[in-house]
Amino acid sequence: MTSIRFKLLAAVAAVLMLGLGSTTSGAKEKVKVGFIGPLTGGTSANGLGGRNASDLAVRLRNADPNAKHEYELIVLDDECKPNIGVQAATKLGANKDVIAAATHYCSAVAITTVDIYHKFGLPIIVWGAVLPAITYGNTYKEVHRVNGTMINQNETAAKFMTGLGYKTWAIIHDTTDYGKGHDEFFTKYVTENGGKILGRFGVTSDQQDFSAELTKIKSLGPDVLYFGGLTPIGVRIRAQMEKLGLKAQFEGTSGIVSDTFIKGSGELAEGVVAFKEGAPTEKLPGGKVFIDQYNKQGYGEPPEAYGAFAFAAMNLILDTIEAVGPDRKKVREALNKVDGVDSIIGKIAFDDHGQNTIALITKYVVQDGKWTVWGESEYATGKRKLKGM
Amino acid sequence: MDVGLFSQYVMNGLMLGMMYALVAVGFTLFFGVMDIINFSHGDVLTVGAFAGLATYLGLVEIGVSWPPAQVAIVLAVAIVCTAGLGAIVAKYLVLPLKDAPALNTLLLTLMLGTVLHEAIRLFYPLGANPQRFPSLLPTDAYTFGNFTLRIDNMMLLLAGTAVIVGIHLLINKTKLGLAIRAVAQDSETAKTMGINFTLIVLITFAIGSGLAAFAGILHGLYYSEINFAMGLLLGVIGFSSAIVGGLGNIYGAIIGGFLFAALQTIGVLAMPFASAYKDVFAFGVIILIMAWRPTGLIREKISERV
Repeated sequence: MTSIRFKLLAAVAAVLMLGLGSTTSGAKEKVKVGFIGPLTGGTSANGLGGRNASDLAVRLRNADPNAKHEYELIVLDDECKPNIGVQAATKLGANKDVIAAATHYCSAVAITTVDIYHKFGLPIIVWGAVLPAITYGNTYKEVHRVNGTMINQNETAAKFMTGLGYKTWAIIHDTTDYGKGHDEFFTKYVTENGGKILGRFGVTSDQQDFSAELTKIKSLGPDVLYFGGLTPIGVRIRAQMEKLGLKAQFEGTSGIVSDTFIKGSGELAEGVVAFKEGAPTEKLPGGKVFIDQYNKQGYGEPPEAYGAFAFAAMNLILDTIEAVGPDRKKVREALNKVDGVDSIIGKIAFDDHGQNTIALITKYVVQDGKWTVWGESEYATGKRKLKGM
Repeated sequence: MDVGLFSQYVMNGLMLGMMYALVAVGFTLFFGVMDIINFSHGDVLTVGAFAGLATYLGLVEIGVSWPPAQVAIVLAVAIVCTAGLGAIVAKYLVLPLKDAPALNTLLLTLMLGTVLHEAIRLFYPLGANPQRFPSLLPTDAYTFGNFTLRIDNMMLLLAGTAVIVGIHLLINKTKLGLAIRAVAQDSETAKTMGINFTLIVLITFAIGSGLAAFAGILHGLYYSEINFAMGLLLGVIGFSSAIVGGLGNIYGAIIGGFLFAALQTIGVLAMPFASAYKDVFAFGVIILIMAWRPTGLIREKISERV
């Protein structure tokens, strides 16, 4: 027995030594980096786009003769399910060869896995999940995020709307965490920017009749009706505003930036403004280059809305490893110091919580039945006017 | 509160109450003739609204663009569809279970309701999304201070009133109504008097379900939007209204419907800081009323005697 075990050990040791020998004898040291996203299930389109974009970052780096290391991407699927995500995160964290990772599109998964990354000391950059608590709910030095959150979204929204000259708001929000979060952050930033909230109304996310709330709002006479919630009740509120003769400007959140809102509201959608994290890829600072490179690789799936963010996250990881070497602690410290680094999504700067503070938020307005980027709309040029302007 | 604002609240409450009352009358009719609770009623309303929308899209496709004709055909098709559906439900689900415990019928109709709205969600094109309902009525509006009076809302209110009056006349002044009342009071005796029990039950279910379609179209025209889940809460509210008014009594159902709408409106007015709790408030008051008068505000004329 003992001899067999000894022989096995010897064989394993020999293989290991051979393996080590082969890597050291190669031109470059091989470094592993990870990617986790939903590759199967309902949101898999976004996950696959993110994976391809991360893969693109690795391929481009490996093709670069000046790169110090050769990178290998370990891809894992979280299925957009917290329990699966925990397994994937544990697998990456326990694999000491993995230096850093770009992780998660789904907020519910990201919020449950941050503890694991902290435990294993694996530095990660979230590439798609938007829940504020992922970065702000903890003080983990390992957790970073390149995309914006509803906090950034509402900060942009408040600054933009007060900048246009609107003074008073009434808020309708659904009573889920999503709606309440929007209410909280929008109120905070709009008040900071000199706006005034005249009234706020929590509604259930399947409510049908808003006539009582809207009549009350009408008597308050706000410039703008801010709606923090999702498309279905957004459609109802927009239609019922009209029936009650409520002339306020309608302002929504990322929750209504969908074609369904426009289909459901018809001509009433015209002139509705809303804000969303990220931007159409082609509108990003490095969007065109990214799309060109992406298409060259012949991936089977499009990059989707957050592909560019996954690319930026992975690229930042690779840059950092190039700079400080393949060591989790060093990479973590270097990432925490990132401040004003250029990327295809614009500059990246992480605050104390690892949140990108120069997060990109796009302003949208509905023009002729399409969500149009504000800067390109006729509303921005003054040809058409928002309500009360 | 100024007069304009007050009028606006009253108008909102009346519209809401009209819809609840129409649904509640259906519940009360079914209970009257068969002593059963038909929980698929709210989803039958949804079917009616979607049948109406599909008819409208069909009419546009074949080039019928005169709004009065559109309204008439949309209403007719929707009502015929749900009346048929109601009769089928009565014939194949309710009547066969006549002698089974009432709980079985209740569960069966509850499941049927789920089947109906899930079928709409799955099989209607993009059925999971809110659907825009066309404005088929004139949308002119008169503004008096804070009060916006829209012609279409006024027409809907009048039409609803007319339908309720019509039902009242049908039940109380016609031979059919007499038969329905006879079956409701004592089906065995009614049968011995030569009343075709099965036919009366089918007709009653057809009438009640047709009312649901009318309420569904009203809903679509009023809110300009319909969705597959719209019948769920409407069903529960309609049922509560029927109960609080006195199940089996048409006037009770109407009063219950308007009462519920009033409670919801008052809920928002009284607690503007907690408008999300308006349904909690309304249902809470209904519970209190039920505790106070277990048989409803208006008792059934003939209470069951052993």
